[in-house]
Amino acid sequence: MKTRDMAELAVRNLREALLRNSLTTVGIAVGVASLVAMLSLGAGLQHLANQRLAQSGLFDAVLVSPKNSFSDFARAATRGQTLGTPRPLDESARNEIAKLPHVAQVYPNIRFPTEIHFNGNPYPTMVAGIPMSDRNDGSFDGMTGSFFSSPMADEAIVQIELARELIPDAAKNPESLLGKEVTLRYAERQSLAPTGAGQSGGTAEPGFSLVPHQMKLRIVGVVQTEPASGFAGPGQGRLLIPEQVAEQLSAAQTSDLRQLLSGDGAAGQKTYQSLTVRVASTSDVSNVDSAIKDMGFSAFSILDAARSLRIVFAVFDLLLGIFGSLALIVASLGIINTLVMAILERRREIGVLKALGAADRDIRGLFFAEAGVMGLVGGIFGVLFGWLIGRAINLGTNIYLARQSLPATTISLVPWWMVGSAIAFAVVVSLAAGIYPASRAAKLNPIEALRYE
Amino acid sequence: MSDNSHAAIRTDALTRVYKMGETTVRAVEDVSLEIRAGEFVALLGASGSGKSTLLNLMAGLDRPTSGAIYAHGKNLAEMSSEDLAKYRGHTVGMVFQAFNLLPRMTMAENVELPLRLAEVDRNERAARVQEAVKRVGLSARTAHRPTELSGGEQQRASLARALVNRPTILLADEPTGNLDSATGTEIMNLLREINQSLRMTIVMVTHQRELAEKYSERLLLMRDGKLESDGVRQ
Repeated sequence: MKTRDMAELAVRNLREALLRNSLTTVGIAVGVASLVAMLSLGAGLQHLANQRLAQSGLFDAVLVSPKNSFSDFARAATRGQTLGTPRPLDESARNEIAKLPHVAQVYPNIRFPTEIHFNGNPYPTMVAGIPMSDRNDGSFDGMTGSFFSSPMADEAIVQIELARELIPDAAKNPESLLGKEVTLRYAERQSLAPTGAGQSGGTAEPGFSLVPHQMKLRIVGVVQTEPASGFAGPGQGRLLIPEQVAEQLSAAQTSDLRQLLSGDGAAGQKTYQSLTVRVASTSDVSNVDSAIKDMGFSAFSILDAARSLRIVFAVFDLLLGIFGSLALIVASLGIINTLVMAILERRREIGVLKALGAADRDIRGLFFAEAGVMGLVGGIFGVLFGWLIGRAINLGTNIYLARQSLPATTISLVPWWMVGSAIAFAVVVSLAAGIYPASRAAKLNPIEALRYE
Repeated sequence: MSDNSHAAIRTDALTRVYKMGETTVRAVEDVSLEIRAGEFVALLGASGSGKSTLLNLMAGLDRPTSGAIYAHGKNLAEMSSEDLAKYRGHTVGMVFQAFNLLPRMTMAENVELPLRLAEVDRNERAARVQEAVKRVGLSARTAHRPTELSGGEQQRASLARALVNRPTILLADEPTGNLDSATGTEIMNLLREINQSLRMTIVMVTHQRELAEKYSERLLLMRDGKLESDGVRQ
C-alpha cells in the first residue's frame, strides 16, 4: 500500500475510537511536555549562565601583560635563570595586537587609587576605566541611572558599596545620587624632560614625576558590581569612568612604581600595565591567545573554565532528559495497550484486508502508521504544552524577581532544535511501542481472523 | 494428469490437516480436480465437509499440508506470503456469506479498498469503482455506509469489491447464506451474468443443492474432506 493511502487509513482508524486514541495521544503529549519542560529549563539555565558569563567579559577576553611580571621573575629565580629584556607593552604593541585577526577591541586596564570629595568629605577609593562597548553587552542591565553618554564625558558610575559610603540610604534610594557632582583627585604621571646624552646613551635616569590634579565628575548611574572585576586587575573599581577619559588622565597606577624600579621600558615612556583584548568569537580566543604569546607577551584566557561549564550542563541536561523521558516511556505503554486493543477489535477487518490482497507488511505498516500518527500529534501538542509550562515558569520567576527588585530573566528556553527533536523523539518512541502490536497484527491468520465475531 | 494451461485451478492430491488439541482433523484429503477457465462450479457439501477449507486453499488464504494447488499454472503452495498476497489482490476476488464490508467506510470506499492495496493510481480508482458499482446496479448508493444498505445491497457491494481489481477467478463462500430467497436469486443471477459476460471462473461454496443445480455448470460434492463426486450438469 502507498504511504499516503496508509496514512489516510491510519487517521481514519484513529478517528473511529476517538476517545481512546485521544486519551493515548494526550498521554504522549503529557510525556513530551514533561520532557520539553525539563529540557527547556536546562537550556534556559545554560543560556542564562552563558549570557552572564559572556557579560562578565571573562570568556571572549584575553588579558595581556608584559612578559616579566612578578610571577615570571619568581619562576626564573627558582630555576636559576635570568630573564632577558622584555618587550614593553606600549602603544605600538597595542596597535599590533589590534591588527590581529578576530580581535574586536583592545583597551588598557586602567585602575588607580584616588581620593574623591563628595559634599566636602574625602573618600579614598579605586577608579576603573570602562570601555563604551560594555554598554551593549548587558553588563549594566538593571543599573540605576544610565551609562556614560559619550566616550569623553566627565561622568561617573558609582558602585553600590561606595554609594553607601557617600549617602547612607543609597541602597534604598540610589536615584538620589544621580546628577550629583564628585571631585576626583589623582596623581598625573608626567615624563621627565630628557637630559644630557639622551636615553640611548644610558646616562639619563629613567623616571617620571607625579603631579596632583583634580577633575569634577557628574554621577550618572549606580551599579551593583563592576563588570569583569577580578580579571582585569587587582582591586575592585568603585568609581567607574569612561575608559578614554581614564586613559587621558595619565593617572599614576599601582604598577608604575614597580615599573620604575624594574626599569621596564624606556625611561618615562608610556606603557600599559595590562591590556584587555576582546575577541570577536569565543572560538577564536585560543588563536588570539597564541598569537599574542608569539609577540612576546603574557596572555591569559579562561576558556577552559567555559569548557568545564559546558560539561556540567551536558550532564545536567542528560539527567533532566532522563527524568523527562520517564513520562514518555509510560505513555508508550499506553500506545501498546491501545494498539493491542485495536487488534482485538479489528481482528475481522485485518482478515478482510488480507483476503483482499493486503500483505503482512501492509498490516504492519498500518499499525505503525497509527502509532506514528499518535506520536506525531502527541509530540506536537506536547511541545506546545511544554512551551506553555516554560512560559509559566518564566512568568512566575519574573514576578518573584520583580518583587525582589531584580531584573527579569529567562530561565526556560525552547529552541527550535528542541521542538524538532522532541517531536521526532515522540514519533520514534511511539513507533517502537508499535513494534509488538504491529507484528502481532501482521501475523494474524486470515482465516481465523475472518471467523472472528 | 492433464495439462493445466487452460485450467484456472488444478489440485493434485491436495490435503489439509489441522491439529485441534489431541485431535487431528483431515479437513481436505487427497483432493485432485481441475477447474477450467470460465467455468461456474458449485462446491457442495454438508457443514464440516471441507468445502470452505478447499475454497480458502484456492484463495491462497491457507496453505496445504501436502499436495499441490495451481492457479493458472502457478503452485500456490510454493509461493511466498508476499506473492500469495499479490495473488489474492490481483487474481482472485472473494465474496463472503457475511459480506465483510468495513462498517466505517462508505460503500464506494469499501469497493475501492482492493485498489488501494494493489497500489492502483488514484485517478484510475474512481473510474474502476464506478465501473464495478454500475455492474452490480448500486450506482445510487455509493455514499452510503454498509449499515444503511440492505443485505442484498451489501452482498452486491461485496461483489463489486471482488470485481474491482478485474480478477480472473471469483470465489464465493455461501453468497446467499444470509439472504432471503428472492434476494439470493438476484445475487445468483448477477453471478451468472458475470460468469457469462466476463467469462470469469466462479467457484461457489453452498449447501443449497437446488441453487447449485440451477446456476452452476458443474457440481463438486465434498464429504468428510474428500471429493465424493464431480459432475457436469446437463
